Amino acid sequence: MAKKFINDPQNILIETLEGLVAAYHGRMELVEGVAALAKTEIPDGKVALLIGGGSGHEPLFHGFVGENMADGAACGDFFTSPSPDVILAATKAIHRGNGVLYVYGNYAGDNMNFDIAAELAEDQNIDVKTVRIWDDVYSAPPGEIEMRRGISGDIFVVKVAGAAAATLKTLDDVYRVTTKARDNTRSIGVAAAPGTNPVTGSAFFELAEDEIEIGMGVHGEPGVSREKMIPVDALVTRLMDDILADLPFQSGDRVCLLINSLGSTTVTEMLIINRRVREILIKRDIAVHDTQIGHFAGSQEMAGFSISLMKLDAELQEYYDMPCDSLGLTKQ
Amino acid sequence: MIERLSLQQTIDMFVYVANHMEAVAARLNEADQAIGDGDHGEAMARGWRSAREALDSGEFNSIGDVVSAVGMRMMAAMGGASGAIFGTWFKAGGKSLAEDETFSSEALIILLDHGLEAVQARGHANPGDKTMVDALQPAATAAALAGTRPISEVLPVVAASAQQGADSTRKLVARMGRARTLGERSLGHPDPGALSTHLILQHMADYVGTL
Repeated sequence: MAKKFINDPQNILIETLEGLVAAYHGRMELVEGVAALAKTEIPDGKVALLIGGGSGHEPLFHGFVGENMADGAACGDFFTSPSPDVILAATKAIHRGNGVLYVYGNYAGDNMNFDIAAELAEDQNIDVKTVRIWDDVYSAPPGEIEMRRGISGDIFVVKVAGAAAATLKTLDDVYRVTTKARDNTRSIGVAAAPGTNPVTGSAFFELAEDEIEIGMGVHGEPGVSREKMIPVDALVTRLMDDILADLPFQSGDRVCLLINSLGSTTVTEMLIINRRVREILIKRDIAVHDTQIGHFAGSQEMAGFSISLMKLDAELQEYYDMPCDSLGLTKQ
Repeated sequence: MIERLSLQQTIDMFVYVANHMEAVAARLNEADQAIGDGDHGEAMARGWRSAREALDSGEFNSIGDVVSAVGMRMMAAMGGASGAIFGTWFKAGGKSLAEDETFSSEALIILLDHGLEAVQARGHANPGDKTMVDALQPAATAAALAGTRPISEVLPVVAASAQQGADSTRKLVARMGRARTLGERSLGHPDPGALSTHLILQHMADYVGTL
């Protein structure tokens, strides 16, 4: 069992959220009675942005509540989607009379629970629209993009959605821009060792010491192949071939780049990965507008990384460049 | 022979189910480890524990109230795909039984039929996708065939059909949810949600057997 700095495992979620609230110095609060968070100051008439999903992937999702980011988050138990009552309570806490956009990763549990909450919200005359993020290239073929999972590309989509929701006047407009961000984002990942569920102490999967799994999901969902460890330049070359071909990203494109640790993969390793990614992008004549390197969407101490790219146009770039402030992402 | 259950017996039946679903949590977790993330039994136990609290403390005017309370508590306490699906089953069934004061075979047909319809509308699963629908659908068919016979005769037949359905999921390749990504690797393992569906109906039948 992994060593974890925790108290009673049954209290991990609430203690995580209390710690997060404390880090926001009064700008965020718990929604009464449920595992959900809301910003304390949301202007009347603002289109509200609600994100959420299972906990344990911090800073995803609740660490992306903040200035020009999400207005609230609905938090499920560890690796389990939140239930409709949590989502509905969060919806009501952030609604300011101009609709709520739900943005979350495309998983069966999240889809059903957010849909039920959206129906309940509509019953209370709150307009809701939904953008599901499906950036994980390896989780389904291009023809079945709606079957793909959401992984670290979530960060780009939430970033753009947060800026759009702070700027644009209607839910329809925020939905349109967010959908565009989603449709221009792709991610690709590899796992080297499992994380453990902090509540149960059990590992998500098994992987031999010298093996990696290409495309494995953040809950241990099987990827496309299990292989022997190889030097990272060769691995990144292969990953980049697959991600670039998928959108496709082409010569002359301008992209945002994110190198994400799934947990225990270090900044040292991510910098080496980034070095190779940039060599490849330069060779392909793809310009990098911004680079983010760090822990954004992980799975406890899981070893591995993911690479996300978002292709920019003038509109996406405008929203991407807006300053933001949250635990998981801050831009000046 | 028991023709139908009174309101109090219906409450007692679901308390009985709740107690027994908590007891099988480890077995369901184990089944879920094979093709899921290993927490299905824990989630079921959490849902039924919350349902039992509602049954112990609530006031109910119809069996629809009882069934709805079970559904709402499961949906709220479980989260995840299973909370949405099992909550939807009982919430939809409860809504359709709001006028009924006894739990008859007709009420069982409605609980299964309307529940199945709502579950499929929510989760988009069809028979053969290796989900709880593969147990619920044969259960609903068996109940409809048994028709107006006494509840004490119908429930065991319904539970047996659900068990056959749950067993049949071993031979299916998962096409929904997280297990979908396993593809052929899901063969040989039963779907945990189908097992739960059988166990819920089995415990309902067992309760009536104790009367």
